[in-house]
Amino acid sequence: MTKIHVTTTINGEPEEFLCDPNETMLDALRNRLGLTGAKEGCATGDCGACSITLDGTLVCACLMLAAESDGHEITTIEGMAEGENLHPLQTKFLESAALQCGICTPGFLIAAKALLDENPDPTETEVRFWLAGNLCRCTGYDKIIRAVMDTAAEMREAAQ
Amino acid sequence: MNEISNKWIGERTIRPDGIDKVTGRAAFAADTSMPGMIWGKVLRSPHAHAVIKSIDTSKAEALPGVKAVVTAADIVDFPVDTPVPLGIQDMRWMCRNVLAREKALWHGHAIAGVAATSEAIAEEACALIEVEYEVLPHAIEIDDALAKDAPILHDFITFDGKPSNIAGTLEHTKGDVEAGFAEADLVIERDFTTRPVHQGYIEPHACLVSTAADGKMTIWSSSQGQFMVRAMTALLTGIPQSNIRAIPAEIGGGFGGKTIIYLEPMAAILSKKSGRPVKMVMTREEVMRASGPTSGSKSTVKIGVRKDGKITAAEGIYWLQAGGLPGSPIRGAVGCALAPYDIPNGRTLGYDVVSNRSKVAAYRAPGAPIGAFGVECVLDEIADKLGMDPLDLRLKNAAKEGTKAVHGPTFPLMGYVESLEAAKAHAHYNAPLGPNQGRGVASGFWFNAGGESSAQVNITEDGNVVVTTGHPDIGGSRAGIANICAELLGIDYRRISVLIGDTATIGFSNLTGGSRVLFASSIVVTESTKKIIATLCELAAKIWDIDPEAVIWEDGEARPAGANAGQFPPLTLEELAARANESGGPIGAGTQLNTTGAEGGFGTHICDVEIDPELGIARVIRYTVLQDVGRAVHPSYVEGQMQGGAAQAIGWALNEEYLYDKNGKVDNPGFLDYRMPVASDLPMLDTHIIEIPNPKHPQGVRGVGEVPLVPGPAAVRNAIHNALGIYFDDLPISPPRILAALEGQKAAAE
Repeated sequence: MTKIHVTTTINGEPEEFLCDPNETMLDALRNRLGLTGAKEGCATGDCGACSITLDGTLVCACLMLAAESDGHEITTIEGMAEGENLHPLQTKFLESAALQCGICTPGFLIAAKALLDENPDPTETEVRFWLAGNLCRCTGYDKIIRAVMDTAAEMREAAQ
Repeated sequence: MNEISNKWIGERTIRPDGIDKVTGRAAFAADTSMPGMIWGKVLRSPHAHAVIKSIDTSKAEALPGVKAVVTAADIVDFPVDTPVPLGIQDMRWMCRNVLAREKALWHGHAIAGVAATSEAIAEEACALIEVEYEVLPHAIEIDDALAKDAPILHDFITFDGKPSNIAGTLEHTKGDVEAGFAEADLVIERDFTTRPVHQGYIEPHACLVSTAADGKMTIWSSSQGQFMVRAMTALLTGIPQSNIRAIPAEIGGGFGGKTIIYLEPMAAILSKKSGRPVKMVMTREEVMRASGPTSGSKSTVKIGVRKDGKITAAEGIYWLQAGGLPGSPIRGAVGCALAPYDIPNGRTLGYDVVSNRSKVAAYRAPGAPIGAFGVECVLDEIADKLGMDPLDLRLKNAAKEGTKAVHGPTFPLMGYVESLEAAKAHAHYNAPLGPNQGRGVASGFWFNAGGESSAQVNITEDGNVVVTTGHPDIGGSRAGIANICAELLGIDYRRISVLIGDTATIGFSNLTGGSRVLFASSIVVTESTKKIIATLCELAAKIWDIDPEAVIWEDGEARPAGANAGQFPPLTLEELAARANESGGPIGAGTQLNTTGAEGGFGTHICDVEIDPELGIARVIRYTVLQDVGRAVHPSYVEGQMQGGAAQAIGWALNEEYLYDKNGKVDNPGFLDYRMPVASDLPMLDTHIIEIPNPKHPQGVRGVGEVPLVPGPAAVRNAIHNALGIYFDDLPISPPRILAALEGQKAAAE
């Protein structure tokens, strides 16, 4: 199988890699680029553990081909904090104990950030439906939903 | 019991592993890789039940890129007539679970493994393995396995002197059940079924095994016990334990399902044969076909009461699916079913039934939710028939300190009555209900566990602290340990690193299970920390040239006390660490204990549902978990356990089940069709923590994690009954079942 040459931007940095034509973005991130923050929970787009953004849009990395990132911008959990400065969602998840085992956490954070980028003042129902594509088996979602709502409120306040 | 000031215990501190988990740095098993690494894949049985007549791997081995192949012939055989127990498992069954030996016992049973330079080549090679099967009739459900003409899975299993699929029984009795029922004014008896449900961890099983030329092996894997991984891999491969170093990766959920191993022995042999590091990761489909779940069950529960609600007798008979190899959690079912109640005459009996499904694995209070389901449903009906409040009925019969349980023990101090009283007084219980809404309650018990734990606490040269324990942290136990150590040392918890040691760096520790981790590890961490404080006080005494008994440890520093009080300026942990070589040298202490004193846990749940009569959906709209936790060392993670258990219970009650086709193949091996609760399915899950400190623990800790699953399915079912007036005795109470029942109700009314 001839490999495809991909030129892309990942977490703001230019990146080039070779991949198989049928290789998923998730496999390329994890196995070629050393970015293992996105997790494979199902490989069928049902669990959201591999959530990333493509040009700012929330996608499952397991449902996207690596070659499709050519010329586009990918953001993963590794790009969420700026150096040592955590994104407010990351801080709030820690303070609120909105994670237990942590395997779903990168996906939830990416998905929640995509929500707040689009809607800074979501209702609880909107948060629950937006995050319905991210499975968590540990928390029962309570602390995750609260963390997202609280972060949204704090970010709105800070923006004023 | 404890003289501590509570500066840190009970605080919602930031967990030690938190930053790594919100930034993607945390290394789970599948995140690990090595230079020269190759990939392992598994060939699985396409039949639910078949004799394996021959396996020819030659074509697979000849494929370019293939480096090694493993079959059952490479795995140590444990003959079926000699039990070799290891924890709750038996190596006779583990060796047949890891790779099918004489027979494939379920669709998806592992037949062979291949390691190759890419996953694609390994998969291609699996397809080249030629297996000759003699396909046999299969039995999936309990009734199929117990039928007169049922296919017998194992000719070495007999029951009542005949070949059978009943692999074992367990019975508890107390008093005279028949006499007790004769005394009753009301006797209710019902039959129930529950479906097998998967633990549903989001991280599939994964491991990486590297073997050196001298045979020394390192295993990185996702499990609930690195020492369990080492012991089982050693037993199944014949490699001495001293040659295996098992490193616990971060674990992406387990819930009991990672208390056994699947891939590690295969990867170990593949690595040994190929001389290369071998990585194996299950797909979600493999997880659903070949790992876990917990048992499905059928049961008959009968309870007799006097007019005042006092129970005179209770009986529960349970049949639990073990999967293709023996070992369903009947102990949990028959032990926990009646435990919340003071019952003069009681009997529980469980049957372990094998059938052609994947071998069950532990799932959060294994067996207990199955035991509790029928009992809590029958109690609901009794309360209804007596016109009694269901919490009052439970209060009237509640087990308390001194009650002798049907399963044997006499209960110590515990907070079950308090959970019922708190439920009765809770705003939730007293809130009005709207149309199509109903409210249910249920209670539950879990044994909890102590057992072997090790801890090493070291003071760094700059006066900070590193704590190492031997239990994978599955839901925040490191945060609890940091709080306890900070409390004892009187220092900020951020000065303490809490790590999980591997099998080469920390003493033996039993696995993460039985709600034992914070209970047991805080005992050994406390012992080690106390030894360190004694050492620090001795060092200060030597520096001051006074008696060690005249030194006290307060707020992170040694202070002269008694007659010497105020004579010398205190010495801080940093100052003492810098002067450690003036007396005794490096400061550290280890403790290895078989911990005891883990007392059982009780909880009560309140559930409100709203029924959509058109779609047949029961939606949980309010939920409250009330539980005696002994001591909430880190309340957020205690609440998290209570909430997570409730969510799993709601999934079990309403949606989760395996669907099999006529060939015995699971039809829904993925998250889309095996429907676990998602965020939009659930309301906020309220918690009410009750703290009746465990007198046998230095901080009063009781196990927390498993109890919250136990009452849940019955609480949901009782709420649906309250809403509709219909008794659902079969789980899950999914939309088709509700619609059918509503139609039946309508037809009966017309």
